[in-house]
Amino acid sequence: MIKLLPRYIINFIILVLIQVFILNNIQLGGFVNPYLYVLFILILPFETPNWLLLVVALLLGLTIDLFSNTLGMHSSATVFMAFLRPQVLKIISPRDGYESETLPQLRFYGAAWYLRYASILVFSHHLFLFYIEVFKLSNFFATFARVILNTIFTLILILISQYFFRKDTRR
Amino acid sequence: MRSLLNFLLRIHFLLLFILIEVFSIALLVNNNHFHKARFVNFTREFSGNLYQKTTDLKQYLSLVEENQQLVEENNRLLNIIESTYKSDEIFFRSVNDSIFNQRYRYTSARIINNSVNKKHNFITLNKGSLQGIKPEMAVVSGGSIVGIVKGVSNNFATVISLLNLDYKVSAKVKKNEYFGSLSWDGEGYQTAILTEIPLHADIQVGDTIVTSGFSSIYPEGITIGYINDFTEKGGSFYEIDVKLSTDFKNLSTVNVIGNLMQLEKIELEEQNLEND
Repeated sequence: MIKLLPRYIINFIILVLIQVFILNNIQLGGFVNPYLYVLFILILPFETPNWLLLVVALLLGLTIDLFSNTLGMHSSATVFMAFLRPQVLKIISPRDGYESETLPQLRFYGAAWYLRYASILVFSHHLFLFYIEVFKLSNFFATFARVILNTIFTLILILISQYFFRKDTRR
Repeated sequence: MRSLLNFLLRIHFLLLFILIEVFSIALLVNNNHFHKARFVNFTREFSGNLYQKTTDLKQYLSLVEENQQLVEENNRLLNIIESTYKSDEIFFRSVNDSIFNQRYRYTSARIINNSVNKKHNFITLNKGSLQGIKPEMAVVSGGSIVGIVKGVSNNFATVISLLNLDYKVSAKVKKNEYFGSLSWDGEGYQTAILTEIPLHADIQVGDTIVTSGFSSIYPEGITIGYINDFTEKGGSFYEIDVKLSTDFKNLSTVNVIGNLMQLEKIELEEQNLEND
């Protein structure tokens, strides 16, 4: 567990940098802006204590907020997502539970499981984020369309990253 | 105590989540003006709606009282209209002009007949000799010249409008005091002609023309109009086209100015003439 720490710190920094300097500058069609940084919450080990999950989510969200000048917006959404993670893991757990020495990654539990895991959490994060961004319920469906579109884009990036990291995390 | 601690331990995840979430949203609301405004708007709208509901209810309960008040209000307003219609309010305002030692008396009057399209236009006022109007009084509207009272009956007065070919008024250029004679040329109700301004006078388009005060009818400095155009005429004088500041088409109330020392001044001037 403790030997994973440097790797996660590096992951954290890399994800924040990618998010802030590359993805935040992508504006496909005016309102598609994928938020890949939530991947960090997804890849945390199964054994992560719940309180640490929330604290890490707050740290991650605040970092993104500080760069994008939206103090509190990303952090609240990320904390919300981190709060859901243990429940989601419990609900979609394979029949014989999660094995020790594994991580919530594509190569351990297959594409179908991973897609469910990632899509539920990313969707909940985006739902929270976009509604708190507009901060009202009028234009409900326009916002909802943005949520769906951005979820799809973020999921695509997350899946790509899974194949990208694959070799790296085999050790 | 122990069970409480156990309970808190059991739900610590939820509590921590709520704590951190509240912290995040508080950050959001306090640091982003847009969200702050929306949050305040929301709470205000919520409380406003609640107040509206209670007020609606209260209003319904006091409808009888409200109706009574409205009836009384209506009666009062109707009475006011009636009285204004019948009363011939006469009020005088005195102006003590210490510089020229003249006394002018102002009366308000309403125009009941007016024309602008003839060559000799007259105006009829709703006040006459009983209300203190006398011939040779000046008539102004909003500080600009209208005409001069010609004849009075008990309750009405006729005014020679400035738009009358027979009418001349002594006028001067406000900025440099060169004076001349202003009369209407019969061409449109918005312009008049000022003559006898010498060629060496410095005049510009837009300069203000005011009454000179020499005629003992008008106080000095009542606005007549503004220079529209000027041409040289007859070698030593300008002929100046003046755009009148009074709109004779939409006059409704005017002030009648009486000069209390007019008689004295005229008598003195006539004495001089006789002595010559």
